Amino acid sequence: MRFKRRGGAIRADLEAVEADVLTAVAGDLLELLGEEADADPDPLAAMVGLSDGPVEAPEDPALARLLPDAYGDDDEAATEFRRYTEGDLRAGKRANAGTVLATLAPLTGRGGRLVLDRDEADAWLGCLNDLRLVLGSRLEVTEETELDPRADDPRAHALQVYGWLGWLQESLLSCLDPRP
Amino acid sequence: MTAPAELDLPAVDDEVVEDRPWVTIVWNDPVNLMSYVTHVLMELFGYPRSHAEKLMMDVHEKGRAVVSNGTREQMEHDVARLHARGLWATLQQD
Repeated sequence: MRFKRRGGAIRADLEAVEADVLTAVAGDLLELLGEEADADPDPLAAMVGLSDGPVEAPEDPALARLLPDAYGDDDEAATEFRRYTEGDLRAGKRANAGTVLATLAPLTGRGGRLVLDRDEADAWLGCLNDLRLVLGSRLEVTEETELDPRADDPRAHALQVYGWLGWLQESLLSCLDPRP
Repeated sequence: MTAPAELDLPAVDDEVVEDRPWVTIVWNDPVNLMSYVTHVLMELFGYPRSHAEKLMMDVHEKGRAVVSNGTREQMEHDVARLHARGLWATLQQD
């Protein structure tokens, strides 16, 4: 599987196992991001600071990497920023994962050709990156991490998936010109 | 009856503080692809590839780079957009 551009469309041919792995990890990501934290039901309350939006950075390091602090040295400002923005940030990432799952749905269990328009491809690009951030955090990846692990490494399978997702992301990037 | 709340006004000299611009910083992390960071900087800020690549290399080699500057509100907007793309970004007063 690699992404190719044909005219205005981006496409890739997936084996069944590739579609199933991607469906599984995107589903896990959606679960990690939570079903809650939709747009605040009471925008006025949110505006005047009465909403009970999240104020603490997530304890899970992988989730914290997806939803980082905006202020490195000002906890109070970081808390306020998170209260107002984390819901939207989660929603955007969930929407990307949702697009990935929706476009994969016809291919799960059997593989086949994935065809994406530009908006779907952007959602895929963001979601592949989020998936790598989560896996990279779980695996405690560093810039020196060997992505071709020994077979007896307990992380071997996860490292292979991580490396494969990076390769996929690179192939998708090669199909996309930045559009400001 | 309730007493009016006392305003807790900050004691800092706002005029001096507000003169200093705010900056958005992107920090190095071991996961994001170099090509992806360049792509995001080109898309979000409209930078030409050469400038986006220079900033990306600064992030990679020096651990961080200032990618934009302006008002606090503008920098909060930039940080939110960078977080949406998965880059590790913070804002601070320069």
